[in-house]
Order: sequence, then structure tokens, then C-alpha cells
Amino acid sequence: MKVNNVILQFTAKIVFFIIFFFAVNIFFAGHYTPGGGFVGGLVTASAIVLLIIAFDLNTVQKLLPINYIFVVAVGLILSLGTASFSMFVGQPFFTHFFDYFYLPLFGKTSLHTAALFDLGVYLVVVGVTMTIIQTIGEDE
Amino acid sequence: MTILANILVVFFIAAGLLFTVVAAIGIIRLPDLYSRSHAASKSSTLGVMCILLGVFFHFWLNEGHFNPAILLGVLFLFITGPVGAHIMGRSSYIAGVKPWSGTIRDDLKNELERMKKEQNIK
Repeated sequence: MKVNNVILQFTAKIVFFIIFFFAVNIFFAGHYTPGGGFVGGLVTASAIVLLIIAFDLNTVQKLLPINYIFVVAVGLILSLGTASFSMFVGQPFFTHFFDYFYLPLFGKTSLHTAALFDLGVYLVVVGVTMTIIQTIGEDE
Repeated sequence: MTILANILVVFFIAAGLLFTVVAAIGIIRLPDLYSRSHAASKSSTLGVMCILLGVFFHFWLNEGHFNPAILLGVLFLFITGPVGAHIMGRSSYIAGVKPWSGTIRDDLKNELERMKKEQNIK
């Protein structure tokens, strides 16, 4: 039976943004406090799953037209590229670099290539989780 | 200053603990699913929010660490707790859980029958 669940859908629309920005916060906090790419990816995936529960699978696929298998591929390429970049400048595999920069809006910021590796982990986790859930949810 | 801060922290955590215990007693003692979900959702949401506020004030006033994630947790719990209880109560009504025998008014029944007639079910 089709029922009118406007409360769930309205709440999901608001809560999605809270969860997503919290996931971004966890992702960038990973170097100094608990968090990182894996947890951030899982929280992002759970935000998308909340949308899938409140609406349905086709609506969410129209809303976010992403093929999550490509997301996994991009994440793997990013991680592997970050890890192997140091080989081209004569350093061992997986050597990371960091330095302090003075960005216009943020002030003194330490940028580290481990964040790029973490971004790869994040994309892989989001892609794998969403691929699994969509594949299970799709078949009738 | 420390004494005032400690009084605030102890007040919030004790109030939260009281509300949570009341919620647990309500789940044991109330007769049917709907009144139990009433007790569980309202009372425990307020209880956990009070405990989180107590923790927030402890870290802010005693340790000097302003932690906005706890306030975000309070907001999140305030939004999602009642909605979760609403969804559970509604789905169990549609699945056929009967209310307590002393119930005298049931507004959702007529509405569900009207919906079933509109969508030609049964």
C-alpha cells in the first residue's frame, strides 16, 4: 500500500545535509583527531542510503547521476598516483610531502599529500558501499 | 566559577539520567506498543539531550574546550528521535499491531480505509 510519508521525506532532506557536512568534517579532521577517509566515506554513504530509504532508488539515481563503479576507479587511481608520485622524483614508493602555505582565506595551512591518499580511500569506500547497496536493492 | 560550572554539569547529567530511567520504566510498565513508543521516544530523547548538554558544559567551562560536535549531536537527536518513533509507530499500525483495549479514539483507521479504497486494495 502506498502511504503518504511526507514527514520522513522532509526530515531526510534536512538531515542529509547535516550528515554530509559532518562527513566532510570527519574527513578533514583525520590528521589530528579521530576520523579520516574510511569513516568519512561510510558516513557519506549512509547519508545517501537515508535518501534512498526516504525516497526510492530511481529518484535518488536521478538526483545523483553517478556510476559508483567509476568512483571506485577514480579513488584507486588517486591513491596509487599519490603513492607512486614520489618515485618520479627519486624517492621511495609512498614517500609523502608536506609544507606550510599561506592561503588567502585560511591563513597558515599545512598541506600534506596524505590528504590526497585519504581522498582516494574516501572515494573507494563511498563507491564500494553504494555499489553493494544498489546492487542488493535493485533486484526484484 | 568552578563550583557554579560543576553545579550546572551535575544538574544536567542528573536530569538526563532521571529522564532516561523514567523512559526505561515506561517501556516495562506501559500496556501497548504505542504508549511504549511514546515513553521511549519523548523521555529518552530529552534525557540524552540533557546528558549531552552536561558533557558539553563540562568540556567548555572546566576544560576550556568548546566542542560544537556535541551541539550538532543535540540538534541531530532532536530532529531524528521523534521522526524515528513516528515511523516505527506508523509502520507497526499498518502492519496490524492492535492498540490497547482501553483506547477510545482511532483517527488513523478511517484514514487508512479511505486510502485503501482509493488505491483499490482488498
